[in-house]
Amino acid sequence: MSNTSTHEKSLAELSRSLKSKELSSVELTQSYLDRIDALNSDLNAFITVTPELALEQAKAADAAITAGNASPLTGIPFAHKDLFCTEGVKTSCGSKMLDNFIAPYESTVTANFKDAGAVMLGKLNMDEFAMGGSNENSFYGPAKNPWNRNMIPGGSSGGSAVAVAARLSAAATGTDTGGSVRQPASMCGITGLKPTYGRVSRWGMVAFASSLDQAGPMARSAEDAAMMLNVMAGFDPKDSTCMDRAVPDYTATLNEPLKGLRIGLPKEYFAEGLDSRVEQVVRDAVAEYEKLGATVKEISLPRNHHSVAAYYVIAPAEASANLSRFDGVRFGYRCEDPKDLEDLYKRSRAEGFGSEVKNRILVGAYALSAGYYDAYYAKAQKIRRLIRDDFLAAFNDVDVIMGPTAPTPAFPIGDKSNDPVAMYLGDIFTISANLAGLPAMSVPAGLVDGLPVGLQIIAPHFEEARLLNAGHQFQQATDWHLRKPETV
Amino acid sequence: MFTSTMQWEAVIGLEIHVQLSTKTKIFSGASTAFGAEANTQACAIDLGLPGTLPVVNDEAINMAIKFGLGIDAEINKVNVFERKNYFYPDLPKGYQTTQLEKPIVGAGHVDIMLDDKSTHRVRIHHAHLEEDAGKSLHEDFAGMSGIDLNRAGTPLIEIVTEPDMRNARQAVAFARKLHSIVTTLGICDGDMSQGSMRFDVNVSVRPQGQEELGTRTETKNLNSFKFMERAINKEIERQIELIEDGGTVIQETRLYNGDTDVARSMRSKEEANDYRYFPCPDLLPVVIEDSRLEKLRAEMPEMPEARKARFINELGLSDYDADVLSGELATADYFEAAAKAGGDAKLAANWVMGELAKTLNQNDLDISSCPVSAEVLGGLMARIKDNTISGKIAKQVFEALWKGEGANADEVIQAKGLKQVTDTGAIEAIIDDVLAANPKQVEQYQAADEAKRGKMVGFFVGQTMKASKGKANPGMVNQLLKKKLG
Repeated sequence: MSNTSTHEKSLAELSRSLKSKELSSVELTQSYLDRIDALNSDLNAFITVTPELALEQAKAADAAITAGNASPLTGIPFAHKDLFCTEGVKTSCGSKMLDNFIAPYESTVTANFKDAGAVMLGKLNMDEFAMGGSNENSFYGPAKNPWNRNMIPGGSSGGSAVAVAARLSAAATGTDTGGSVRQPASMCGITGLKPTYGRVSRWGMVAFASSLDQAGPMARSAEDAAMMLNVMAGFDPKDSTCMDRAVPDYTATLNEPLKGLRIGLPKEYFAEGLDSRVEQVVRDAVAEYEKLGATVKEISLPRNHHSVAAYYVIAPAEASANLSRFDGVRFGYRCEDPKDLEDLYKRSRAEGFGSEVKNRILVGAYALSAGYYDAYYAKAQKIRRLIRDDFLAAFNDVDVIMGPTAPTPAFPIGDKSNDPVAMYLGDIFTISANLAGLPAMSVPAGLVDGLPVGLQIIAPHFEEARLLNAGHQFQQATDWHLRKPETV
Repeated sequence: MFTSTMQWEAVIGLEIHVQLSTKTKIFSGASTAFGAEANTQACAIDLGLPGTLPVVNDEAINMAIKFGLGIDAEINKVNVFERKNYFYPDLPKGYQTTQLEKPIVGAGHVDIMLDDKSTHRVRIHHAHLEEDAGKSLHEDFAGMSGIDLNRAGTPLIEIVTEPDMRNARQAVAFARKLHSIVTTLGICDGDMSQGSMRFDVNVSVRPQGQEELGTRTETKNLNSFKFMERAINKEIERQIELIEDGGTVIQETRLYNGDTDVARSMRSKEEANDYRYFPCPDLLPVVIEDSRLEKLRAEMPEMPEARKARFINELGLSDYDADVLSGELATADYFEAAAKAGGDAKLAANWVMGELAKTLNQNDLDISSCPVSAEVLGGLMARIKDNTISGKIAKQVFEALWKGEGANADEVIQAKGLKQVTDTGAIEAIIDDVLAANPKQVEQYQAADEAKRGKMVGFFVGQTMKASKGKANPGMVNQLLKKKLG
């Protein structure tokens, strides 16, 4: 058995190998655990590795395969962003606040993987409470970009992107509130999909901004992502914002021809701030789509430039309330020897949260406070509706919208950590899909200075299948998604 | 003591928290039953554990709608839950999920009957749905506080009135009516001692005739109608004295202690929080379809006002009697059952409001725990009506029934031999004895004119009844006496 080739296998290939007994889940799982052992101390992708649990699940998977009870994901090792609550396994959310937190319940997403017979290798590094785009805000230290370990992997699902890019897991889950699946996917050269808001249940996901958070697959290909989304998507009565809508088989339409696909390129996505080399990668990718039969036209999303401002009001506002439950009273970090109740609150929160989280709580509380609500929160909600309207209007003429995922490739660790506004502007192309609730995906489209660059594709609500089809066809025609960091 | 020379008017508005009697909580599947061991009825959602999400309990929505229909209010077909942010140990999420801008129940009204028997309308500003908080326990923890989150997430409707009451009696009449409405609807058990209905009163005073409202205070923790009346009167007095002594009323929240009859300041307006309300992103707006509204409308029970009207129109009760008897669900049900069993509504009304109310009061009992059932009382009424016993003997029978000396009126009448004597011969024999024993009175009677005779016959009736040990039919006694006396 060649480890290298095993770790390059697609999920579909792994599934076939497991079913044909060419490979056992225990062997496969062990091989990933070995790689984690060898590489994680350097890459810092995992916060928690669960070898015993993983091997136990692998054994059960092998038994299920023998018994003929296997689903397509049975026996395949995955890892989850450390904000999906996992019963009995620590869920830290990248924070000191939850360093001691073991949930007594399972998130719907991870439960769906469990039910499908998948193996869990462990929990992945992330920016604290999913706040950040570089993974530098993790209490556990930054995960490192396997393409260049001096570089950030992107965030907040940085650990997930690193684990997939470095072949520490067959694939991983992430969450995306303003680009947290797509941006690290772009920077680590993998495929990441943020589904339509309401497509995947948020039950058991530690909330950052409830109206924007959405879990998505992070994988080496669109095909892998499709297989994962088949398991992740669907109605959940435990999440009131989850849509009761049939889930198609996302793998069934991967091979639809793209002839006639109408691509819109928003002129606002090719403006100042975009690295010209990234622009070239995106334009080359679009040219590839034209070769596949797609047509291209320039479109406009006139209110897009307001998206960062609106996002950095709405997301912190929701976060300021979502994070109030971390008060040192019932769970999580509690300061030593509190003098009284106020001291307990103040010190537990001051000591338990990192600085970016505190920044956002302050911004959010300010935006909601009496006298400022209309000027900030209410106005941001209006902008949000306008941004959505822009997209809906654009989709009258085009089937998908394409552009860069991030304005630049990965940058050095520490480069922007003192400049939050520069950091926030890195989200400029991803945020609007969250504000509009649209599905969006990043696929590897090229390299700049040896670092991966992603193409972003945005589709109308609930058209994930269209995204995956477009991504898969691109990956049939190109090999960017097969490139891997030399060091792994 | 300073005596007031100015005429003052009090202005009173109420905020009432009504615990809805759903089986499970407003946003989780945990039980709402009262009295369980601390924290045994709080699930992960109630504890505010990270990653948990609320799902609205449809039954709570239905109950709030029924309340709205019960007070003739508009139902907001799109209503929105918001987060009210503040830190407190018994508030697990650090915010209360409640409604502000778009409450489920809009403006409505409740009519009450005043002491002068006129009808007064109290307007309801709105009613909204929200979750209850847990309880902080400050005793038994050696300097620390305990938290019981069993109550956290219990569904409440908060009802806010306009400042339409002018004295404590009006406020209490309103509170009783509201109690009757929610218990009639079956949306609340109405148990004030367990906090199922919690009344907060806003009180201000102003010189009689002045349009502008005075500064108001809010008094909380009024867990009985009696305490409510006392606390309001005390607060009105306090404010008048304060102003007349040259002081000013501060806007504050006051906590009333029923045991000591003292209210103390809890917090002033300056200490009030900025609650940073915003729509809860975990919950979609509640959209109420017309079909749902119509279904609930069809399920509505007879409301106290309608019942009162029926008592007047169909059962022939007076306005006042009908108001009293329809005022509380348990009383109204009892009365109707007794009237039905006894076949005489007016008689039943007199008994329920008279002898029964008096005896319950003396024994400090609620009608719901009355030892004499409505059916048994009705049976007693039937025996009055068919002349088996007189009204006077009925009181004896009732007393025996109250003490459990017999399962029904007939048993008691039988056992004690209280059956009324209706045999003409037997009554005549008694009368003859009475007349023979009182020759002087007979002489005086016969010498008197018709006007005086009317009064004098009472003496002979009394003597005859006494001689019959109360069992002689009073009507027959009267009739036979007049005949014999000539």
